[in-house]
Amino acid sequence: MTVTVRLFASYAESLGKHQIVLDINEGATVDDVVRQISTLPGAHRLPPLPLVAVNCAYAAKGTRVFDGDEVALIPPVAGG
Amino acid sequence: MIRASIVRSRIDIEALTREAASPSCGATAVFLGTVRAENEGRSVDGIEYTAYDAMAEREMTLILDEARSRYSIESAIVEHRIGELPVGDASIAVVVSHPHRGAAIDALRYIIDETKARATIWKLEQYTDGTREWVGSGTGQPE
Repeated sequence: MTVTVRLFASYAESLGKHQIVLDINEGATVDDVVRQISTLPGAHRLPPLPLVAVNCAYAAKGTRVFDGDEVALIPPVAGG
Repeated sequence: MIRASIVRSRIDIEALTREAASPSCGATAVFLGTVRAENEGRSVDGIEYTAYDAMAEREMTLILDEARSRYSIESAIVEHRIGELPVGDASIAVVVSHPHRGAAIDALRYIIDETKARATIWKLEQYTDGTREWVGSGTGQPE
């Protein structure tokens, strides 16, 4: 199955892209997505446990992901 | 009535105040956040704001709902502008109306504090010496 990983701000700069379509096994969790992203060039600049959202809601690392989900890695926010 | 929006054009605070006003409300509290010329001793030229738009609007709507439950506000609007903003431009506006001023001001404080801590918005500060830096400390999660 595939999930779309969205990257923003400093994380997007670190990996050099704003979006990655990831092939991942059925039954994968948020943690699996983060682990797979962490192997990409530039990912060493991301924290080991970044905040993650699935389909626009903050999600714990054990949350299951499904085909077509949008998974976002969320840098420290700074609105206002 | 509540409304949370990410916008790309200049914030019209008078229009927002009219939108939130109600004959039953004796208090309209307004907060306007603007780009400051200095941050932690560095001279700021401007700020580039970016957002995960859909999630930011969702999270800000949740915050307005929480404020409505806590303070029984009648109307609340939050608009956050993104893009490149020069010093002095408004980046965020919050408008709250309530029959009484105490609850309006308390709700206003709650909404701006939670928005800064949770909304998926980022700022890239541009300094007058030509350097730039991502700034941020919000945890992104409800307290």
